[in-house]
Order: sequence, then C-alpha cells, then structure tokens
Amino acid sequence: MSESAAQPGIVIVGAGQAGLQAAESLRAGGYQGSITLLGDEHHGPYHRPPLSKAWLAGEVEASQLVMRAPELLARKGIDLRTDTRVAAIDRGGRLVQLADGTALPYAGLVIATGATPRLLSLPGADAANVLALRSREDGAAISDAFVHCRAHNRPVVVIGGGFIGLEVAATARKLGLSVTVLEAAPRLLARALTPRLSDWFADLHRGHGVQLVLGARIGHIETEGGYATAVLAADGTRYPAGLVVVGIGVTANDRLARVAGLECDRGIVVDDCARTADPLIAAAGDCTARRLPDGGMLRLESVNNATEQAKSAAAALLGQARAFTGTPWFWSDQFGWKLQMAGLAAGADRVVLRGDMQGASFSLYHFQGDTLRSVDSLNAARDHLTARKLLDAGLSPTPAQAADRAFDLGGLVAKT
Amino acid sequence: MVDIVFVEPSGNRVAVNINEGWSLMQGATTGGVDGILGECGGSCACATCHCYVDEDRLGELPAAGESELDMLDNVAAERRPNSRLACQIKATAALAGLVVTLPDTQE
Ligand SMILES: Cc1cc2nc3c(=O)[nH]c(=O)nc-3n(C[C@H](O)[C@H](O)[C@H](O)COP(=O)(O)OP(=O)(O)OC[C@H]3O[C@@H](n4cnc5c(N)ncnc54)[C@H](O)[C@@H]3O)c2cc1C
Repeated sequence: MSESAAQPGIVIVGAGQAGLQAAESLRAGGYQGSITLLGDEHHGPYHRPPLSKAWLAGEVEASQLVMRAPELLARKGIDLRTDTRVAAIDRGGRLVQLADGTALPYAGLVIATGATPRLLSLPGADAANVLALRSREDGAAISDAFVHCRAHNRPVVVIGGGFIGLEVAATARKLGLSVTVLEAAPRLLARALTPRLSDWFADLHRGHGVQLVLGARIGHIETEGGYATAVLAADGTRYPAGLVVVGIGVTANDRLARVAGLECDRGIVVDDCARTADPLIAAAGDCTARRLPDGGMLRLESVNNATEQAKSAAAALLGQARAFTGTPWFWSDQFGWKLQMAGLAAGADRVVLRGDMQGASFSLYHFQGDTLRSVDSLNAARDHLTARKLLDAGLSPTPAQAADRAFDLGGLVAKT
Repeated sequence: MVDIVFVEPSGNRVAVNINEGWSLMQGATTGGVDGILGECGGSCACATCHCYVDEDRLGELPAAGESELDMLDNVAAERRPNSRLACQIKATAALAGLVVTLPDTQE
C-alpha cells in the first residue's frame, strides 16, 4: 500500500492560482505529508491575466503561461493531477469523490475552485461565436475568432465594460479590429472605479477608436446557422458582429462546498484566515466570500487575493491563524496604460488628484473623511507602491499632501 | 536558445535553456527553478521574481525601466545594486552563461 493511501494528506481541489500557492505554502510551512493538487483542466496551473492581454495580442506563447515546471512540483512532493474533477466532498468520511468514481481521503482540504463566467440569457446567446474568457481554451477560441473577424472584416462586439471586456477590446483594437463595447451601466467599470476614472477610461477607449455604448439595453443576438451576426439593442440599434465576447462578471464555484453543507453567500464563506466552519477545510481565491470582522462580506477576484488567501489557507491547515489583512491590490493593462489599484474605495467620500489626468501619469486618492481608503494609479508604479505601504501602516496623508506632486508621500512611511 | 544559470536559495545551481525573447522569469518558472514565483505572470506588478544578476555582467543587460525600478522598492528580500526583476529581462544570445542568483524569499 502506498504511503498516501495509508496516511491521508492534504488534498487541494482546483489547480489554479490559489491551489498552486496553497500547495507551495504548505511545503514552505514545513508540511511533511502528501499534497495532492487536483485540477479539472487539461493544463497544470497557468497565468490567466495574459489571456486578455499579451497572450491574446500574440506577444507570448501558451507555453509561457505555465506557472511551474512539472519537475519542480515533483521535487517539492506536490502530486499534480490534471483532467481530474472532484464531484463531491464527503465531510463525514473525510474524502473527496472524483468524477471517475474513485475517492481520495484527506486529513485537510483546500477548496480553490475559482469562478465561472456568467452567461447571457438572451435569444442567440448560445451561438458558437458568443464567447466568455476564463480558460486557455476560451482564449484560443477568441483568438481564432479574431482571425476570422480580420479575414472577413467583421467587428468584435464586447458585452460588458468590466476589466476583462475592456482588455479584450483594447487588444482587439491593437490588432486592428473594429470594436464595439456595450455596457449596461451609465459608466465603465462601475463596480471597481469611481466616476472620474470611469470617464477617463471611456475617453481612452473612444480615443483609440472603440465604439462605446453606455446604458446599453440588449434585446437579442441575431444568428445565422448557429453563428451570431449582430447584437440587437432594445432601442432597435443593430451592432454587426463576427464575434461577441461576454464579460459580465463571474459566479463563484461554490457548489461542492454548498452541497457539503458549508456556508456559502455568493462564494464559500471564509474568515480573514481563509477558514470555513469545518476545521479541516479552508478555501481560497475566486471561489470565496470573506466575512470581515465587522460582519460585512467581501468578494475579491484577483491574483493578489488568490495568493494571499492561499497562504492563509495553508497556514490554517498547519494550525496557524494567518490573517489576510494586507492592502488588496489589482492591476489592468489597456492601450499601454497600467492601472494599479491599492485598497478599496468603498465608503470614500472625497477624491484627490495627484498629477494630470491629461498627462503621462497620475493617481487618484480616495478619502473617507481624513482617512485614506484607496489609490488608483495610472502609469505611476511609485505612487501605487507608496499607497500600499501607507494603507498597510494605516497612515493617511492630508488631501493637500496627496495632491502635491512635490510632497514626498513615501517620507510619511519612512518616518514611522 | 540561451543558457542561463540560476542559483536557488539553497545554493543549488540549475542551468536552464531559455528561448530567445522569453523573460528570465518565464525561463526559470517553466524550467523547474525553485525560489522564484512570478505571481502576476510578468506584468511587472508583483515583485515576486526578484533576482541578483552577476555583478560583472550587469552592464551587459538593458537598463531597468522606471516601473521596474519602482517595483524593486517592494521586493521582500534585501534590494542590492544588482537587483532586477526577472520578468523584465529578455533572454538574448548576449546573455549566454549569465549567472542569476535568487534571494532567500520572494514574499
Ligand atoms: C482573462 C483574465 C484576465 C485577468 N486579469 C487579471 C489581472 O490583470 N489582475 C488580477 O489581479 N487578476 C486578473 N484576473 C483574475 C485572476 O486570474 C483570478 O482572480 C485568479 O486566477 C483566481 O485564482 P483561483 O485559484 O481562485 O481560480 P482559478 O485560477 O480559476 O483556478 C481554479 C481552478 O479550479 C478548477 N476547478 C473548478 N472546479 C473544480 C473541480 N470540481 N475539480 C477540480 N478542479 C476544479 C478550475 O477549472 C480552475 O482550473 C484575470 C482573469 C481572467 C480570466
């Protein structure tokens, strides 16, 4: 009998950003037992962010998206099993049931199943060239459709002006395709950004030739032989399309947890330390919803959140409470601009500009009263990093200091 | 293909044959090197591919750009004069045999 069969180790469900990090953090934390990383994709862990950026633009190959060489995982004693889907979690029996009918016992479990793009429920939304973007296969399908659009001089219609939709739009423009973005809200990126920056992004996209429709109401998708040919707005406007990309958000993959009786609230509910109510089960990444100490719920979908929660999840299974209380950060690349966000703007009532929104770089500082809440930087990595340090330390510049480019904000951190 | 030698935090040396045009971060992470993360996938956004480049050959590398220099402020291990982010260094024939040392920690 193999050792792992005799001695259940830690099983990780989902071999993505969070799953890989949890596995590596368990080893780094001194865990000696077996670590089994189960993923239902054909590939081992890979970087998703380039799927809408450099990879889609053809600047990097798929093999450059690979996060870790299989040899290194083997060297670390991480047993990666691809094409392996977990069908159920049996908490009483302490085992996961695999889709192939076999079962795997666990001493500890990390759920890191990610999220699934939301789909449109409209007539025509099931056409073959109506695509969402999450996986390498999704990316390949969109990339192929780009080639088709170019060859037949057909436009790309993006439904949803969120980060992924706008990055796909920017990449499509870069490749010379004509692009329409249809956003239901009155402004872009409404969930993540404050109105001033939404307007700036709208100008950026329009300036690069994107046809942008805000407050769009979509009626249906016109199809011909199973292929979308246009998106019809409720007001009758027809947007011809050779490809429709749907970027209207994601749903957390929390079904396994829910069926196993773990609390879910638009995600697997975890505390600051990535713990569920079951002491043997932690969860991390896009599949989670974090309950904050004040009772509020926080859902983040980012690389930073996935890796930080995964470190907490690994610690939790090693019996340590490692709270993810650091400043959340995020980035997005569009048309040569790098947006870097630090902190969360929720509750902010005042915004202060540092730099020039018509210039080569600037940052917006969001305050709630006198307290700095978040900073959004455009091509201003230094502002971003300083903001992370300020927010981590709970320090706030005065709004006047934030607005004054001659004032060294980093000096506030150094002083303490 | 360009041979680059990575020195892992343990002192273990790993020679990796990297495609020209790939970043040293991509070469190392796909080449089985321990001690480098590259969380953001090469966007110069996370500073977890920090490395120390052979001092004698530092001058042969294209200089670090502004955003790389800024991100280097945020590395977990000690920042030294030969600190670079491996995602911002492209493998070229001129770098053949370069020795790149990885710090004790990236996070
Ligand atoms: C196109 C795109 C661009 C992005 N750009 C950025 C960016 O610029 N910056 C940023 O911070 N974030 C970005 N993100 C978000 C970031 O990639 C995610 O937040 C991150 O991947 C979340 O990691 P995760 O491990 O939680 O989920 P994932 O990386 O999705 O991994 C979950 C894995 O679990 C697998 N799985 C699910 N259910 C099962 C099961 N039952 N059995 C086995 N395996 C299962 C899934 O197939 C998947 O492989 C982007 C995402 C996309 C799609």
